[in-house]
Amino acid sequence: MTAQDLTPILSLRQIRKVYGSLQVLHGIDLDVRPGEVVALLGENGAGKSTLSKIISGAVQPSGGDMTWFGAPYAPASPRAAMDAGLGMIHQELKLLPQLSIAENVFMGRYLMKGGRIDRRGMEERAHAGLQRLGLDISPRRVVEGLSTAKQQLIEIAKAMTLNARLLILDEPTAALGGEETQLLFRQIERLKADGVGIIYISHRLDEIRQVADRVVVMRDGAKVQEFDSGNVPVRTIVEAMVGRSLERMFPAIPVPQTDVMIEVRDLSSPARTFNNINFSVKRGEVFGIAGLVGAGRTELVRAIAGADPISSGEVILDGVTITPRSPRDAIRNGIVLVPEDRKLQGLVLDHSIQENIGYANLDRVARRGVVTSRQMSQFADAYIGTFGVKGRGSQNAGELSGGNQQKVVLAKWLARKPKVVVLDEPTRGIDVGARSSIYDTIMDLAREGVAVIVVSSDLEEVLGVSNRIMVMAQGKQAGILDRRDANDVSVMELATI
Amino acid sequence: MLASVKDDNRNAGAGVFSVLRGATGPLIGLILLCIFLSFATDKFMSARNLLNILDQITVLGIMAVGMTLVILIGGIDLAVGSVMALTMMVMGYLSSQIGLPLGAGILLALAVAAVTGAISGVLITALGVPAFIATLAMMSVARGLANMITDGQQIVGFPSWFSLLAYTRFGGFLTLTVAIMLVVFVLGWLYLRYTPGGRSLYAIGGNQEVARLAGINVSFYTIGVYVVSGLLAGLAGVVLAMRLDSVQPTAGVSYELDTIAAVVIGGTSLSGGKGGIIGTIIGVLIIGVLRNGLNLLGVSPFLQAVVIGVVIALAVAAEAVKQK
Repeated sequence: MTAQDLTPILSLRQIRKVYGSLQVLHGIDLDVRPGEVVALLGENGAGKSTLSKIISGAVQPSGGDMTWFGAPYAPASPRAAMDAGLGMIHQELKLLPQLSIAENVFMGRYLMKGGRIDRRGMEERAHAGLQRLGLDISPRRVVEGLSTAKQQLIEIAKAMTLNARLLILDEPTAALGGEETQLLFRQIERLKADGVGIIYISHRLDEIRQVADRVVVMRDGAKVQEFDSGNVPVRTIVEAMVGRSLERMFPAIPVPQTDVMIEVRDLSSPARTFNNINFSVKRGEVFGIAGLVGAGRTELVRAIAGADPISSGEVILDGVTITPRSPRDAIRNGIVLVPEDRKLQGLVLDHSIQENIGYANLDRVARRGVVTSRQMSQFADAYIGTFGVKGRGSQNAGELSGGNQQKVVLAKWLARKPKVVVLDEPTRGIDVGARSSIYDTIMDLAREGVAVIVVSSDLEEVLGVSNRIMVMAQGKQAGILDRRDANDVSVMELATI
Repeated sequence: MLASVKDDNRNAGAGVFSVLRGATGPLIGLILLCIFLSFATDKFMSARNLLNILDQITVLGIMAVGMTLVILIGGIDLAVGSVMALTMMVMGYLSSQIGLPLGAGILLALAVAAVTGAISGVLITALGVPAFIATLAMMSVARGLANMITDGQQIVGFPSWFSLLAYTRFGGFLTLTVAIMLVVFVLGWLYLRYTPGGRSLYAIGGNQEVARLAGINVSFYTIGVYVVSGLLAGLAGVVLAMRLDSVQPTAGVSYELDTIAAVVIGGTSLSGGKGGIIGTIIGVLIIGVLRNGLNLLGVSPFLQAVVIGVVIALAVAAEAVKQK
């Protein structure tokens, strides 16, 4: 008997999701049958996590139908999905480290006996769950100090004591070593034998062959290809993942000058999130950095801008070694960072646009050590105008759209006439119109001789705006490609090493 | 002509509003309170009583300026009451027991107060101790030290000119202690409103990481703010010593809570980044007027505590409702 013959545990038909004017899922069909592992693949932003949130009840679909063992299924909350028999194992573990394994397994639904917590009952059942996964640990042990793989298995055991019939594993091996990964895979085999269905989300394409029975590839919110076997060449999967999406318009890229503006030598972080990185960027050059989430790109550029610690190596600006120790240090030398998360790192949301622009330029706004509100607003208004921010200077930054917020962050830095501008995910969550104006700004900077470093998970964007592209994988520099040689496949191949 | 007059008016209105920085609610509360008391009692609206109120709020007012800075950056300083007592005891010990001139004793005592703030600031920035805990520890240490100096005894017998400073009304109305408070108010207001440093405090309180990434030296300002808070607590101690003509190690118990209450009633947000000195002055006045008015009405001290607690809760609840 093969999995194909069984009624699916879960069926999705034409699932859609719309946020405002943005459609993030386009009519997804998906079946998961008992005892099979379906790998769900796609680039960042392809719609995998939205889809898993819909299945697990955290997000409601805008249209389409779901069935669970043939019956209509529309979980209104994660709790409802859990009660139906779905186990969602998140990338970030959600165990409470100070509590025992048994307490974690029964979190929120402690077994009761005669008005008291039935510890023995909980321990026995937790132990049974652990043994089913081949794990021989005392359920009384606290979670703290257990390896990530074991914690992951405890999460699975927790789902299993809830009689889960379908598990969603989101990047389960992201934090695991080789041996731990194999342990996890053996447990997955046991679960399959018990008839549990599994949706397996991962960026590590080489694992897919080992673990998956079927492969579903998503791109730009649509299911683009389905393979009825896990045994698909990585290259074929990558091509399906990057595909040819809608053509986007990128402005013409200026030719860089010949002299080097910034050079990075043997740069490493204390936690080895990036290791021995070497590159240089010329005046007027746009240098892209590509790679998967967790490859160390953000940590690297934050370190160059003084925001994260550097353990060894140096940063050389205009021929002078400056290796910044703090953002203040970097800014004084002319290196500025437009951070990944506008809302948490770029702007004080409940302060005005003027104040936000002012905070990065207080030394320049002040006249003889005095700052007045009038000076602040005059200074800011000039840049609000230059960048076409749609909003009044006195408005709170939090009231603006994502695109306008990003323009405010750019404005506050470009007012300083920097030498190096580092942009981390400059267009994440920004609509198409605002995107192209941000690309125009990048090109204007390059034309003025600024060295621009752009980190982006959007492959087409890195390819579209960069003179050269460095690809990172697991903290190491996997290669630097010239614009002429770089395409989606060559970059993805380096990134998934 | 007419247009320009109109324009001026509008600017003036906007100016007053922006000076208040969201403290309009507390101001209305203060005005209503004064109106009520002027009808409910005969004595409230007399010049003498109003000057008394100013004298009574000096200690609270001076400490509240330091606390405003601390709360603006999202911190808290629980040590101010104890630091005040420590400063008083150091001053009394150095002048009465060691025999230093009183002026020198005051300066050294203020230096001690500043050092307590610096220690709290370093604990918070360099070691990552939460502000609540660091200043709670300092509160205990400073109180203990204050008691150790004289083994819990008070010190009396300062030169007569010293306590006269709290009672002689220069120009018929201004005692030196009130003058000190007014100077501290003005300096605090100018600093927050017109200097890069003051603006940086708002940025730090708004979002510490954004401020750091904007090149603001967050550690420097954090330590600085606790130093100023300690120093002003010390200054408040000197003022209290003038008013009491004695110093005792039990002075200032639970003053930190009154100070925090005044700042919060004045509209400064405990989560940081919002508020200012004008609001704090109004908050201090509300507490001062309320105490004075309740005394004039003959309300028992026990009931007064209840009333003040209710006012704190109402003021902050009103602000929270307005935010929604």
